[in-house]
Amino acid sequence: MTALLEMRGIGKSFPGVRALNRVDLRVEKGEIHAICGENGAGKSTLMKVLSGVYPHGSYEGEIAYDGRTMAFRGIRDSEAEGIIIIHQELALVPLLSIAENIFLGNEVATRGVINWPLAFQRTEALLRKVGLSEAPTTPVEKLGVGKQQLVEIAKALAKDVKLLILDEPTAALQENDSQKLLDLLLELKAHGVTAIIISHKLNEIRRIADRVTVLRDGSTVSTLAREDVSEERIIRDMVGRDMAHRYPERTPQIGKVLMEVRGWNVGHADQPRQMIRDAGFSVRRGEIVGIAGLMGSGRTELAMSLFGRSYGRYLSGEATIDGKPADLSSVSRAIEAGLAYVTEDRKVLGLILDEPITSNISLANLAGVASGWVLGKGRENKVAEEYRRALNIRTPGVHQRVVNLSGGNQQKVVLSKWLFTDPQVLILDEPTRGIDVGAKYEIYAIMNELAAQGRGIVMISSEMPELLGMCDRIYVMNEGRIIGELSREEASQERIMGLIIRDGNVNREHAA
Amino acid sequence: MTSAINTLRVQLGGNLRENGMMLALLAIVFFFLVVVRAVQDVDFLSAQNITNLFLQNSYVIIMALGMLLVIVAGHIDLSVGSVAAFTGAVAGTLTVYAGWPVYAVIPTVLVVGALIGAAQGYWIAFWRIPSFIVTLAGMLVFRGLTLWLLAGQNIGPFPRAFQSLSTGFIPDIFGVDRPNVTALVIVVLAIAGLVWRSLKSRNQDIAFGMEVGSSAMFWLRNCLIAVALLFVGWKLASFRGLPNVLIVMSVLIAAYSFFTNQTTTGRRIYAVGGNEKAARLSGIKTERLVFLTFVNMGVLASLAGMIVTARLNSATPKAGVGFELDVIAAVFIGGASMSGGSGKVVGVVVGALIMGIMNNGMSIMGIGIDYQQVIKGLVLLLAVIFDVYNKNKQG
Ligand SMILES: Nc1ncnc2c1ncn2[C@@H]1O[C@H](COP(=O)(O)OP(=O)(O)OP(=O)(O)O)[C@@H](O)[C@H]1O
Ligand SMILES: [Mg+2]
Repeated sequence: MTALLEMRGIGKSFPGVRALNRVDLRVEKGEIHAICGENGAGKSTLMKVLSGVYPHGSYEGEIAYDGRTMAFRGIRDSEAEGIIIIHQELALVPLLSIAENIFLGNEVATRGVINWPLAFQRTEALLRKVGLSEAPTTPVEKLGVGKQQLVEIAKALAKDVKLLILDEPTAALQENDSQKLLDLLLELKAHGVTAIIISHKLNEIRRIADRVTVLRDGSTVSTLAREDVSEERIIRDMVGRDMAHRYPERTPQIGKVLMEVRGWNVGHADQPRQMIRDAGFSVRRGEIVGIAGLMGSGRTELAMSLFGRSYGRYLSGEATIDGKPADLSSVSRAIEAGLAYVTEDRKVLGLILDEPITSNISLANLAGVASGWVLGKGRENKVAEEYRRALNIRTPGVHQRVVNLSGGNQQKVVLSKWLFTDPQVLILDEPTRGIDVGAKYEIYAIMNELAAQGRGIVMISSEMPELLGMCDRIYVMNEGRIIGELSREEASQERIMGLIIRDGNVNREHAA
Repeated sequence: MTSAINTLRVQLGGNLRENGMMLALLAIVFFFLVVVRAVQDVDFLSAQNITNLFLQNSYVIIMALGMLLVIVAGHIDLSVGSVAAFTGAVAGTLTVYAGWPVYAVIPTVLVVGALIGAAQGYWIAFWRIPSFIVTLAGMLVFRGLTLWLLAGQNIGPFPRAFQSLSTGFIPDIFGVDRPNVTALVIVVLAIAGLVWRSLKSRNQDIAFGMEVGSSAMFWLRNCLIAVALLFVGWKLASFRGLPNVLIVMSVLIAAYSFFTNQTTTGRRIYAVGGNEKAARLSGIKTERLVFLTFVNMGVLASLAGMIVTARLNSATPKAGVGFELDVIAAVFIGGASMSGGSGKVVGVVVGALIMGIMNNGMSIMGIGIDYQQVIKGLVLLLAVIFDVYNKNKQG
């Protein structure tokens, strides 16, 4: 075997942070190489160094590709060598068509005039390769995340890719879309494309990776061959110790009903469709309740419509907290009533990325750090420090802008913000998306702690093992309705899926 | 090399932008001082010219304070020039034709300004019509209404009481008059206040474990500011004292500085501009805040309108043409981000002074209006490029 890529002694610093210390990475020709590591271990940074996002000279160490030493000055240089990166955040233009996106910056043109027939023809061929049957003229915003991810890969293929880098490609995908994507990677491998994949989902890595490199605190810890790869081993290398359990121990102490929702109906914001139908659920003090369902089943919509009517049109329904009717008609009233909602999309809906940790944490409860109208910066600082310690937010200081934090630490900042409002009921929407095993464990532990304090927790998640591992009770949602409720003992992956599939069949018969 | 630049950045007080701006301001003043003397044999920093500088530019600074909030909230207001002209015309009509006394005219016109701001802010905040469109419409509408109200004529002259809004000076309560001791006392107190505040905030930053520049740098900066203010104060005192508008302006600067830094409402406006969705989901009433920033802008535009009218001693249909450009440029030169969420009062003041000093200096030098615009445009571009470059460097 020959090395396609060798990165030696890579180091990279940001003001106040040493993101990469001494990383070595060797990728063989034709393999799928996985990179694992905790949030903030430096995975994305390493890939940005490789692809020229951070140009030569802004990092230490050297990169050999195809036997030659490389000094990329930008993305263009690396793309010219067939190194294509698909970033953690998708980079498609939502309003442009699939074809336009695929050939963006790489148009099929003669002397500046785009040859559309040829572009469409090529797009169709590429789409077939990645297993999409959409028309090339479809605007990208009309596609789900899973299909957008495939379009990104088609775009990479259009550029004659030799080394494909995928940064957490399946973080936002659900099970079957992820499977499709992984199958595609295996197929590309058969055609000679080398791939580097970053993922926190260890089962996926076990399935497709030929070798795994584990990073910790900006250094390479190990490179494991396929035979040596096991989830336990990866985790041990990632966190630097054995983790006996994925879910922290907890003895539930469940009290009386804390929040109850009945007959909740919500319409689409600007279409006559109804999105949530007759939903009802309850949470008790000290209880962790899960809501399972496929993407698009209305879980986020239900949560957001409860939280100050932040989604859609309220039609009818009532909610009580502690037996008293709760006024949830605006976000500030919902907060006052003791509700908090941690969004699934922390970057877009949860954080002010350019602001420091301090002002992000105080945002939902400015009164808590002010006397009257005047902010107490000292108090704000103290509060942030307290949460930093309590939730173990890894940062050089609480004045760091949150954009510079890794995913898991950003999530802890969002959690801190809501904890500071001292809520009775916390709705957590995909609280561990894109978060490493170690940080997941910490967040689970925080949830348990909150429940132990007598609060009620509602956890929305697409990862069924996590729901099964954490929840005392699980509601199952499908197409805007709650279609079942399972106790901890009853719940299993099969039963949840069974409920969803049966419900889908019933609906289809009704429609027919 | 990069590490050297980083150390320099830290040395500059971790605040390259602000200190850089002040140095630029200083350099521009120095440039004009030398060039104006060489070309026209005039003292650029004469007491008279410094007084003029403030009289001519106070309205830009006043409106820039309002514009800062609008831009921080993620919007823009193109109508301020027309609104200033219109409110000036209203003031003229009420004073000259209707014979209202000054103490009735001023609050009435401020209310008119608030209503205009509210009318525009209503569509922007609650109907989500882009502010660019609404205020572009406002720019035309209020220019037209000005012409209509004035019937194409100038209104004037104004009674002395109204004129003193712009051309009045604080009398010397100590009775010395040359130099004006009251002016000197006020300036010294202001300097003491400024230094005390920045010392306090520096100590706070240190207590919070934030990165601050070296203390030598800090004192150098404060001494420079103090010396500059003393010099200006001395010059003003030896001429006619502190102009009324300077006092109005300084009080507003202090008030807005406090508002943006230290109050919950101020913080919320930054949050709205930084990430509106996240702000809304944190219980912030984003629409209402945007609405209020436009009301506030309307009030300040009407205040500026009256000041300009008082200075010209006539309400004219041509007043305020192109003001919006100076004001918006001042805010961006001052380092506000185009996408909202950031920008500081200090920056805006320095930005407005840079624009004002260039206007004044180039006029004295007899540079044509054509070249003046080219130069001002380039300065704006340069300042923003500097910002973007700097931001990219920080990664
Ligand atoms: N532009 C930046 N400025 C300052 N610090 C940064 C910057 N980008 C990354 N960092 C820091 O560098 C470290 C590595 O970040 P990186 O994004 O590479 O982590 P990661 O392994 O990809 O994590 P995740 O799994 O959360 O995506 C983190 O501590 C992060 O805070
Ligand atoms: Mg990453």
